[in-house]
Amino acid sequence: MSEKVLMKGNEAIAEAAISAGCLYFFGYPITPQTEVAEYMARRLPKVGGLCLQAESEVAAINMLMGASSAGTRAMTSSSSPGISLKSEGISYIAGCDLPCLIVNVQRGGPGLGGIQPSQQDYYQATRGVGHGDLRLIVLAPSSVQEMASLTAEAFDLADTYRMPAMLLADGALGQMMEPVDFSVFPKRELPEKTWATNGTKGKRKKNIVNSLFIEPDKLEQSILARYERYAKVEAEEVRFEEVMTEDADIVLVAFGITARIAKSAIAEARKAGVKAGLLRPITLWPFPKKRLNELADTAKAFLSVEMSMGQMVDDVRLAVNGKRPVSFFGRTGGMIPSVEEVTAEIMKIGESL
Amino acid sequence: MTTTFIFAGSGGQGIQFSGKQMAKTGMHLGKNVTFLPSYGPEMRGGTSNCTVVVSDGEIGSPSVSSPDVLVAMNLPSFDKFEPKIAKGGTLFCDSTLVDKKSAREDIKAVYVPATGLANEHDLMGFANVIMLGAILKNTGIFGIEEFEEFLVGSIPPSRAALIEKNKKALRLGWEL
Repeated sequence: MSEKVLMKGNEAIAEAAISAGCLYFFGYPITPQTEVAEYMARRLPKVGGLCLQAESEVAAINMLMGASSAGTRAMTSSSSPGISLKSEGISYIAGCDLPCLIVNVQRGGPGLGGIQPSQQDYYQATRGVGHGDLRLIVLAPSSVQEMASLTAEAFDLADTYRMPAMLLADGALGQMMEPVDFSVFPKRELPEKTWATNGTKGKRKKNIVNSLFIEPDKLEQSILARYERYAKVEAEEVRFEEVMTEDADIVLVAFGITARIAKSAIAEARKAGVKAGLLRPITLWPFPKKRLNELADTAKAFLSVEMSMGQMVDDVRLAVNGKRPVSFFGRTGGMIPSVEEVTAEIMKIGESL
Repeated sequence: MTTTFIFAGSGGQGIQFSGKQMAKTGMHLGKNVTFLPSYGPEMRGGTSNCTVVVSDGEIGSPSVSSPDVLVAMNLPSFDKFEPKIAKGGTLFCDSTLVDKKSAREDIKAVYVPATGLANEHDLMGFANVIMLGAILKNTGIFGIEEFEEFLVGSIPPSRAALIEKNKKALRLGWEL
């Protein structure tokens, strides 16, 4: 018998967060991520933590800011429209250099959109979540096991670089069940939170957590210091998976649930004699641009497959930098691309080579 | 070897339970499995379906457009998914509730009057488990003993009274 348990992706996030030492959860219900909050409400009080259903997403993100300022491990989760509401708070959290985890189990947009899975928040997660010069570490799980392992990893990355991290999942990953093994997560050595506003006990100068710098030279300094850390993240934390890229003429780029469909599609294409491979970014920021650029020396064409109208494809183009043609295939609004249609797209490109 | 299933029917027929049991058994037997439920408005009543993949290898897509096995527990599910069954695949159909036969010659069709049998044998609400017994028998995907073990294991102690009914229903489907 294996140690594995069959679990929903949303539950795996919650369980992994608790085992990673997260004690505080603030959220507001929204399909398709509500099971995260439900699980937290059931389990956190039993381990001495707190799960609080806020009056709104805006309130929840600001509670998270408070909990993180005090140096605790804390998180929030929501789905697309809820993340839009949280974006002001996320910008403040980034401006205050606070580590925390924000989970987005994406659904179709814009507006209230739908409740089926989507990847339409790629731009939001990697570019536009809140105002100002800021980055989030963005991790994209593609299995329930990774919903768990990357949740644990996201907390550690956030603490290491003192910045917010986002787990960018989707409704399919949130709702689907797969076996998960919780015994395999590596632990990092983490810096002490000397900046936390958790009481001086009369022994040190008081800490201030703040994102307001009226004097522009001081604000610029704070941003430059932050960008030095961002540069370190870009240098050291890029993560991706490659499948059959060594001899691939066509390299697909896909993340999350779409990467699994792409994996099936490249196997089909190979059966039909077209050498296809896959690069699956696990970190969307930092994006595996260096590796993609290297692959452009051997591959003849790239295909970005997404559940959107084409967002990550911009990053693929920037990475490939004109060396090879980059095309796009996607379904949107909550539709999941089928293996057959992705395979057909690969075959079409194969014929044009 | 990979087997893909779509379980489909009405909300309340235990469609998600059936799919989960199939996935759980596969997991306990060391296979890779995925269970993808429909979670749209249909889970608030109306139609319900889920997709299960059981594989010896890594599972790519958890969503399946043409399943190897379709379990249709009502007419809308039959109409929607029967044309999509993969060539050489198998249809399991609750013939008490679906007043139709498949015209396809490239699939195997198994008609099980599951709801009728449940009513006759004092097993109301266990038509899905009767169907599971028939699926095990006709596909050979898992042995009945091992399936039964994990089925019983899924029943919480507070509902132990349901153990015997589940076993009875499973055997009934198996022995058809």
